Amino acid sequence: MTSTAISVRDLSKKYDNRLAVSHINFEVPLGTVCGFVGPNGSGKTTTMRMLLGLITPTTGEGHILGEPIEHPEKYLSRVGAMIEGPAFYPALSGHENLMVLAKLGGFPIERVQILLEKVGLGHRGKSKYKTYSLGMKQRLGIAAALLPEPKLLMLDEPTNGLDPEGIQEIRALLRDLANEGTTVFVSSHLLSELEIISDHIVMLRKGEVVFAGPIGDLMAKQQPTIIAKSLDHLDLKKIVEIAQASGHHAVIRNDSVHILAAMDWAPELNKAAFNAGITLAQLAPQLPNLEETFFEMTGDK
Amino acid sequence: MFNVVSAELRKLRRPTLFLGTMAAVVFFSGLFSALLFLLIDSPQGNSDRGQVVGREVLGLATGGVQGFSSTGGFLGVIALCVFAAQTAQEYTYGTLRNLLIRQPGRLRILIGKLIAMKIFAFVMIVVAAIIGIGTSVVLAPGANVNTDLWFTSDGIEAIFTSFVNVTISVVGFGIIGMVLGLLLRSPISAISFGVLWLLIIENLLIAVRGSLQNWLPGAQLNAIASGGTLDLAYKNALTVGGIYVGIGAIVAAILFVRRDVAN
Repeated sequence: MTSTAISVRDLSKKYDNRLAVSHINFEVPLGTVCGFVGPNGSGKTTTMRMLLGLITPTTGEGHILGEPIEHPEKYLSRVGAMIEGPAFYPALSGHENLMVLAKLGGFPIERVQILLEKVGLGHRGKSKYKTYSLGMKQRLGIAAALLPEPKLLMLDEPTNGLDPEGIQEIRALLRDLANEGTTVFVSSHLLSELEIISDHIVMLRKGEVVFAGPIGDLMAKQQPTIIAKSLDHLDLKKIVEIAQASGHHAVIRNDSVHILAAMDWAPELNKAAFNAGITLAQLAPQLPNLEETFFEMTGDK
Repeated sequence: MFNVVSAELRKLRRPTLFLGTMAAVVFFSGLFSALLFLLIDSPQGNSDRGQVVGREVLGLATGGVQGFSSTGGFLGVIALCVFAAQTAQEYTYGTLRNLLIRQPGRLRILIGKLIAMKIFAFVMIVVAAIIGIGTSVVLAPGANVNTDLWFTSDGIEAIFTSFVNVTISVVGFGIIGMVLGLLLRSPISAISFGVLWLLIIENLLIAVRGSLQNWLPGAQLNAIASGGTLDLAYKNALTVGGIYVGIGAIVAAILFVRRDVAN
């Protein structure tokens, strides 16, 4: 019995001369919610496609629920997925679209209505898919992914187009599924959402894994930040100079200075600022969140 | 396999597609048969490309299915369009990835789709046969055509033979449509190319060089539907048409199984 839901080793995909995914390695433990993050074009969707048997890897190997990815027929009946947004037949209703997939996979057709209710589409199941809003299409995509009562759920940007209430519902749904033992592998641009629900993180940049592991380990690796704000906006540059003179990295972001330094350096900064005639309006420690960590590790900002 | 066929039939039975197609089949098969009898004395002819089909021919045991047989090519074009659209739309809608996640056996998907579309085509042919033969029975007395031989054992055999020939032809056209859908991955491109080739380019080529009739795919399938023509023997059409359809199907199957699904 394997303890990993997903395991990949040296996995690559090359299109012509471009390496979309470059020799990546990571594992996702069973029963966890794993966030899969990276900038656009970093190889997330390509990786997911390889894991689902839709495209053939150029090199490497992978296992899903203990089965090799060369044989998707051995594991896909236990996997639910929505890749690159929902895709359905516009002339069929949401209910009929799910019926097509239920028939195809040999799943009980009674699940169709149950899942429509679960994702909040019970009242619109008979409407044609082409009349759905983007949020409703996303919900239908999630319902389709849940058809097989999956052991592993792979979702690519599931909250795209959802309103805040919808995002909260999906977050709760994913957490509930994880509590019931389903492993959730989810990519999203809403890093604050992933930070709330994820136990693990796999971070990609330009086709390479820059971090894979428990989210706590990722955050622990990051230096704490001191946020300093001056009463006079023109003093921000001086604060940066003070920090840099003490050997700390500092940048101005959103009308405040972000200094990579431990909190015990804050009194020194306060004193130095006072001596330089700067009145600080704010001096606060901040542990980096996933979004800041992401930008720092992927070099996007 | 049953699951794939069942899922595919669910898509094919949607009212706009099913009823729309059947309405076209009813209209044109009725029209083709009606023209045979209504224009029987017309000097411009009463059949395909101005051919004259007289009372003597229509009075034979094969007379009852004359109209239905001549609808074969038209049914083939409909099948080509339906098969091409149903196949290519999986790429344009992006639904192929859903299908392959739920049923990773790609060849199974392809064969299941083909079986379901053959069932659709079969229903279409049955409807065309009923309308074509029914129209002939209704209009024959008014055109002074003797129908005594139509339902003798020879007549029934002619109906059966004609039905089989039209079915082979229509399925052949359909498979060509499916191959085009898989190769071009766009319903508009696949249908445009197929219809343009079959209705215009082949006819132009045959008009320029008549002997090409023995080698062009549409001409073979049309000849099969008619049970062979004066210029194109049935066996020859069956062999050449079969080679086209067979090679096309093999190439498409290999591509479908091996090609990355990246949209």
